[in-house]
Amino acid sequence: MISREARDIIVNGLWKQNPGLVQLLGLCPLLAISNSVVNSLSLGLATTLVMTVASVSVSLLRNFIPHEIRIPTFVLIIAAAVTVVDLLMNAYVHPLYLVLGVFIPLITTNCIVLARVETFASKRSTFSSVLDAVMMGLGLTLVLVVLGALREVGGKGTLFSGLDLALGPAARDWVVTVLPDYQGFLLAILPPGAFIGLGLLIALKNGIEAMRQARRVQPVPAL
Amino acid sequence: MASSPHIALQRNSVRGVMLKVLAALVPGIVVYAWVFGPGIWVSLLVCTAFAYFFETLALAMRNQPLKPFLSDGSVLVTAWLLALSLPTMLPWWIYAVGMLFAVLVAKHLYGGLGQNLFNPAMVGYAALIVSFPMYMNLWPAPVSVASHAPTLQEAIDLVFAGQGAISPDAYTTATPMDTLRAHVRAGGEAAEVVRASFQVIGKEALVVTYLLGGLLLLATRVITWHIPVAFLAGIVATAGVLYLLDPARHADPLFHLVTGSTMLGAFFILTDPVSASGTPRGKLIYAGLAGFITVLIRSYGNYPDGVAFSVLLMNMAVPFIDAYTQPRVFGQTRGGRRGS
Repeated sequence: MISREARDIIVNGLWKQNPGLVQLLGLCPLLAISNSVVNSLSLGLATTLVMTVASVSVSLLRNFIPHEIRIPTFVLIIAAAVTVVDLLMNAYVHPLYLVLGVFIPLITTNCIVLARVETFASKRSTFSSVLDAVMMGLGLTLVLVVLGALREVGGKGTLFSGLDLALGPAARDWVVTVLPDYQGFLLAILPPGAFIGLGLLIALKNGIEAMRQARRVQPVPAL
Repeated sequence: MASSPHIALQRNSVRGVMLKVLAALVPGIVVYAWVFGPGIWVSLLVCTAFAYFFETLALAMRNQPLKPFLSDGSVLVTAWLLALSLPTMLPWWIYAVGMLFAVLVAKHLYGGLGQNLFNPAMVGYAALIVSFPMYMNLWPAPVSVASHAPTLQEAIDLVFAGQGAISPDAYTTATPMDTLRAHVRAGGEAAEVVRASFQVIGKEALVVTYLLGGLLLLATRVITWHIPVAFLAGIVATAGVLYLLDPARHADPLFHLVTGSTMLGAFFILTDPVSASGTPRGKLIYAGLAGFITVLIRSYGNYPDGVAFSVLLMNMAVPFIDAYTQPRVFGQTRGGRRGS
């Protein structure tokens, strides 16, 4: 059984307060790197990892960090976590590291990481903080992957292209060609495609919410 | 939401304005077909069909009444302007994508007729030129110089059955602007290309017809003089300065006036009542800067023409321009405060 608090954290991270669709935090990497599923997934997981490490550290240290200088301290902790991820990716998935480039170090400045640390981890227990960081990270990753899939299928007609960058040359054959003989639709790959795609996803989420709301409100019997 | 003199309201209804714009475009289309071949009829029809398809779809999804919005003609203007801005005889789905962006994204996602921030036809054009640069270079050659001018039947085949039948080389050509760019980059003199471009029969006729259509709009008070005059002045001034600075690399102002979609833009595209500036001084700034940007994009950019992007850029600036150019109401000072 999971507690009510844990369930709230999960629902908030994945849906209700989704960082990509509701809080609209961390949009820079979201828009810049979401041009394929593989890029989206790897950046999303890297961000999740950084968030988890940062949240654990801050929540453990929360009683020792002076309130006045908490933001610089948080940023230093986040930067340390990002450096670790950066070096790990450089060592083990080097081709992918080259593709993602500056967006790995830029996780440091991603506001979603600092926002969760400041508003959640610095005030709550370690267990809740870890759960929150993982759920928020996965929520962001989910949006990234959906947007990446939309843009990849729309722009190139494939899915999972570039998987060999992460998993070695054996994965080169795993690329799924969704639309054969596709001419390519550059707009979806270019930055405007990210903005339009994210806008459509936000509209879809709001539409689903509105529909659920309407269903909940309707059965009020007239007296 | 019209302000006080309500007498002119009936004459300038949306439907009335749009029908006049369409009527003013007709001579231009006829001359276009005469100069560049009958392919324009096919692309016009395809664009029109998809315009009504997407408009109906959007209205249905938004629970809006169909009849008043479908019959006001605004979507027809968008379709015709897009068709006239695109090369003819492209595969049909290119026109479909263009209309999708024009009607669904630029018009209805922003709230429908009267709410769009950007000119719908130009959004469609921009989406296409960014996405399919190859196709957007397939400009049909004028009938008088083409090695094979497609007939209407061949044009229909090219649009619906694909490019297999006739090689694009037979009926397309680089536009004068592209030729100029390539020629200058290769170290040639701009004047040589300019001279050659003026020898094509009928091209000036098309420009003059657009101009006459525009004057018709002026005469029927659908548009005011500010936008066309400021746009053409902006183009002449910018091109003139560039030409005086380096005549070997830049075309003269007259070339810019008769090439690309300058005339169509000045009278029909920039004057879109929704996305253009609404104040007299604002119109001068809006159109003048659009002319300036157009020539800059033509001279230093890589895109075939600069009108679409300059219109979109200036559309973005319109709320700002309008806020600072509100005319002074009698009895009030310039800032809109009551005079003492």
